[in-house]
Amino acid sequence: MSRIGVFVCHCGENISRTVDVEQVAAQAAKMPGVAFATDYKYMCSDPGQGLLKKAINEHRLTHVVVAACSPRMHERTFRKAVEQAGLNPFLCEMANIREHCSWVHEDRDEATRKATEIVGMLVERVKKNRVLPTITVPVTKRALVIGGGIAGIQAALDIADAGHQVVLVEREPSIGGHMAQLSETFPTLDCSQCIMTPKMVDVANHPNITMHTFSEIEQVDGYIGNFQVTIRKKARSVDEQKCTGCGVCMTKCPQKKIPNSFDRNLGMRTAIYVPFPQAVPNVPVIDRDNCSMFKSGKCGVCQKVCGPGAVDFEQEDRLVVEPVGAIVVATGFELYTIDKKPDDSAIVGYGEFGYGTIPDVIDGLTFERLASASGPTGGKILRPSDGKEPKQVVFIQCVGSRAREKGISYCSKICCMYTAKHTMLYHHKVHDGQAYVFFMDARVPGKNYDEFWRRAIEEEEAVYIRGMVSRLYQKGDKIVVMGSDIAVGVQVEVEADLVVLATAVMPRKGADTLAQKLGISYDKYHFYSEAHAKLKPVECATAGIYLSGACQGPKDIPDTVSQASAAAAKVMTLFAKDKLEREPIVAWVRESGCVGCFACKKVCAYGAVEEKEIRDRQGNLIKTVAYVNPGVCAGCGTCQATCPSKSVELDGYTDEQIVAMIEAL
Amino acid sequence: MHSEKQKHDFEPKIIAFVCTWCTYAGADLAGTSRMQYPANVRVLKFPCTGRIDPVFILKAFQQGADGVLVSGCHPGDCHYIAGNFHARRRFAAFRKLLEFIGVDLNRLQFSWVSAAEGGKWVEVVTDLTERVRAMGEMVEFKDLALEEQWSGSLNTPELQEAYDAI
Repeated sequence: MSRIGVFVCHCGENISRTVDVEQVAAQAAKMPGVAFATDYKYMCSDPGQGLLKKAINEHRLTHVVVAACSPRMHERTFRKAVEQAGLNPFLCEMANIREHCSWVHEDRDEATRKATEIVGMLVERVKKNRVLPTITVPVTKRALVIGGGIAGIQAALDIADAGHQVVLVEREPSIGGHMAQLSETFPTLDCSQCIMTPKMVDVANHPNITMHTFSEIEQVDGYIGNFQVTIRKKARSVDEQKCTGCGVCMTKCPQKKIPNSFDRNLGMRTAIYVPFPQAVPNVPVIDRDNCSMFKSGKCGVCQKVCGPGAVDFEQEDRLVVEPVGAIVVATGFELYTIDKKPDDSAIVGYGEFGYGTIPDVIDGLTFERLASASGPTGGKILRPSDGKEPKQVVFIQCVGSRAREKGISYCSKICCMYTAKHTMLYHHKVHDGQAYVFFMDARVPGKNYDEFWRRAIEEEEAVYIRGMVSRLYQKGDKIVVMGSDIAVGVQVEVEADLVVLATAVMPRKGADTLAQKLGISYDKYHFYSEAHAKLKPVECATAGIYLSGACQGPKDIPDTVSQASAAAAKVMTLFAKDKLEREPIVAWVRESGCVGCFACKKVCAYGAVEEKEIRDRQGNLIKTVAYVNPGVCAGCGTCQATCPSKSVELDGYTDEQIVAMIEAL
Repeated sequence: MHSEKQKHDFEPKIIAFVCTWCTYAGADLAGTSRMQYPANVRVLKFPCTGRIDPVFILKAFQQGADGVLVSGCHPGDCHYIAGNFHARRRFAAFRKLLEFIGVDLNRLQFSWVSAAEGGKWVEVVTDLTERVRAMGEMVEFKDLALEEQWSGSLNTPELQEAYDAI
């Protein structure tokens, strides 16, 4: 038999001015199951809470209803007080008679009646409340970072510096990502390699970081604090332990005409290669599609010349399982491939500007390689078709982005700045050259960004033309760019030697597949979704998984680095405790009733519902039922309302509790 | 704004099922802003509209509610990613069923009220109360309530026995 205590608060005069609190308490005392009811001027004050604790002990109360303000305000306060008095905190409920009653009604009789009814409702509810134990989950203090670009590198270094083990997975043969491809960076024009490569080396040398390059995520199991990640280490055909990085194999390889994707296919590489000279780890990989040994079985030169005997044609993919407690996703971006329709998205190709058909139409990243001192031209701006120095260069912005009809409506954020940078780099290297920029808007809101953009126009003499390009075509060795200048209202035609397109920033190919493995959500463009756009910009809705960098949306380097450190901070917060405490408002399955339809699994946005086999003593399968992992469950209850056999219950909001409330009315 | 002083012959009973993150907070805001609305509504708090079982709406009507309000976060703003989308889909189908069994759909209101929309909460509650007041008492289900009492519990000995036999 329950002995409920009802405590009605005056809230100074906030409640008692409109609601007859004494009468509410008197009415409550008559309700079935109520053993004690009283009113007090300030229930949340120290004496008020003392009164509550004293009453619990004196009247041997089993449940408590506090009729006061909104539970959003003081539920925690009163549950704590109840806990201190020796009761389970979840045996305390609050009746909101201030925000939902005294403050919104003027009529004293009506307000008093409503307050009494609200109390009655909560009295019936609290009778059905169960003792809920706090859920504790152990935490594995190791982090997984997916992606070895600047976002992943920064997050990994921060977490590792805090003393935690980090597993870094990169799918390319070297870490570095897109930042390693850049020439100079805005708005300071410092050399990307100079600031990036030391960080890459730090990662390689850090005692707390385990690096898996040329590897991909195969499978992710578990939940916050307890993930099991299976990593596929693709066959490099070179033993990482034995290789000294001398590079003899690369100089002797007879296959020398393979386009180097790191140089955006401008330069050539061998079949056994490192993507760029400063690669980390400095261990080559054999490109099996282009290697004679793998194609025809004839060659093996690299193996013969390799002193340490590191080349291993027999090597196979290996699976490694790493237990981790938190995951940072930093898979980055790629540029819109405008020459053909990307096969894994609904986005229509963007062929108007001749990319892929006219050799001297290139994208921004290719221009970075042309301008880079370590690039295929040694930092000279030379056009790809004939290696001549271009005297007139046209830059076109918003190619593919901000074009709803082409399938991408968002702004790619970085192009205004990198185009301004490109015009400067061009002007610094080709003094008699002229840069033209066709733009729609200039979006340069970062620190020192507007100054940088204006410098491109005012000091570096780039000609900015507001208007879009309608058409371009090859005429002899020139490219004629036709567009409009809407500021003046005239048609413009420029004969260019080189055209650089600022193409849309898109998530990495396969971002959706990875999201499905991780159980995180993504938007229609396949950028990963944060838990809350404003207040949880780093967390995923799935607990224990954090986002960093351009995998979440277009970002420049400063933003990416800030977010990477923020993600690292979140991971460290998680690792600060040995055990994770969670509110016990989670769902559970009544196995006797579950028929294993898994409708609950389909609606669960958190992937908290698992399949569980029930076997008899002989080990024969009786049936497969749903199981809610309390570590993952967020407590929304969508599964419960969905379950056709009513076999799922959400603690704290059980059918019994809700129906008791409805019946009390 | 509705005047509390004005008395009517018939005071409808309105039950509101709301999510804790948006509409409950919106109703709190109406309170802290001292906005006034009819005292007919009784609020039941849920973690998410996704938790609201259509059975509760039937139960409310059966229990004597004259109007029912279901309200949660705006589409895309769900605290639980997509709970309100599930609720919306569920209720779109459920409305047809209610219509089929003879409940006037004007007695049932779905709305999105965010935590910042105290005014909208007042508007929604006032509108529904006035509309239901004009419609009169809901009698169809009250007779049913007398015939059958569902405890809301599935842990009856009879059912347990049946399960064990399976």
